[in-house]
Amino acid sequence: MSVSGWGDVMRIGYSVKRKILQVIAFGFSNVHLLNFKGGRIYQGKWKVFCNPGLNCYSCPAASFACPIGALQAVGGSRDFSFSFYVTGLLLAFGVVFGRAVCGFLCPFGLLQELLHKIPSPKWKLKKVFLSIKYIVLVVFVLLLPIAVTDYMGMGKPAFCQYICPAGTLEGGVFLLAAHEGLRKSIGALFTLKMAILLATILGCILIYRFFCRILCPLGAIYGLFNKISIYHLEVDEHKCNGCGKCSRACKMEVNPVKKPQSAECIRCGDCVDACPQGAVRLKICNGKR
Amino acid sequence: MAIKNLWRIISVGSRKKIGLQIAGIITAFLFIVCGVLRGEAAVILNKAVNICFECIGLG
Repeated sequence: MSVSGWGDVMRIGYSVKRKILQVIAFGFSNVHLLNFKGGRIYQGKWKVFCNPGLNCYSCPAASFACPIGALQAVGGSRDFSFSFYVTGLLLAFGVVFGRAVCGFLCPFGLLQELLHKIPSPKWKLKKVFLSIKYIVLVVFVLLLPIAVTDYMGMGKPAFCQYICPAGTLEGGVFLLAAHEGLRKSIGALFTLKMAILLATILGCILIYRFFCRILCPLGAIYGLFNKISIYHLEVDEHKCNGCGKCSRACKMEVNPVKKPQSAECIRCGDCVDACPQGAVRLKICNGKR
Repeated sequence: MAIKNLWRIISVGSRKKIGLQIAGIITAFLFIVCGVLRGEAAVILNKAVNICFECIGLG
């Protein structure tokens, strides 16, 4: 084999690098694997920190708190109606990474990508469904936990309670399997959440990152920062020959040439790998124009 | 001097973006400090170290 041939073999594509980082992030977010055995959850101080991605804090292996759960917990508490702490963390992650958090650091994002690898017909998503996640964010994460309170003035985490399939999968299934007492409490709500989980699994098999694109409030938040995020996508207009390979390679159905800072772009880098001209690049610094 | 020269060759659009990024990071830092001082971290820890019945579909 020639030297250049070995170079091609040794060159690791952007998507492979991303997959390695996703697996590391998944492991880091779920360190306490032995807790699955006893059906316990980790109760240490690290849970004061929020995971940048969606990962239920009731998952036995979870190392950190879920940012969406934490946002609702503080918003629904008696003493506070808004969480500066979680908002600050999300703002910091958003400004630095934008939706690259979804593409690199989100454990539930990795699960969705693995589900999509199951052989089946693959569907495209109509653009109208993309805005549902913003409604979910405003209604279920921001408004309901503050507006609907019990006699003690405590709000319920409406997104976790009625929608989140990550909690059902990562927490519910494993904890209920380990505790007979919890299984006796199963009711209509659990049936609803299982139905949402099964629909999400089916959706993820058929549509790439189904939950991420339609329902995830965290994706909605980070998407808003894509326009200003430090880690961003750039297209060199002088190098681009308009072949369209980048937009055909994009599983999130974004056209990187027209909208490099689209709120749907998770910075997966498939367009970078697909571009024969090297015109599409993921960058950290703002270049001169 | 070098920073001044670098700033000069960056376009207005990029300068605005850098300004927003710096403002965002500073605001994030202030929000986190404010949240910790208000005691929000304790609320989160208390929620996260106990099984969340709403999350698992029993609440």
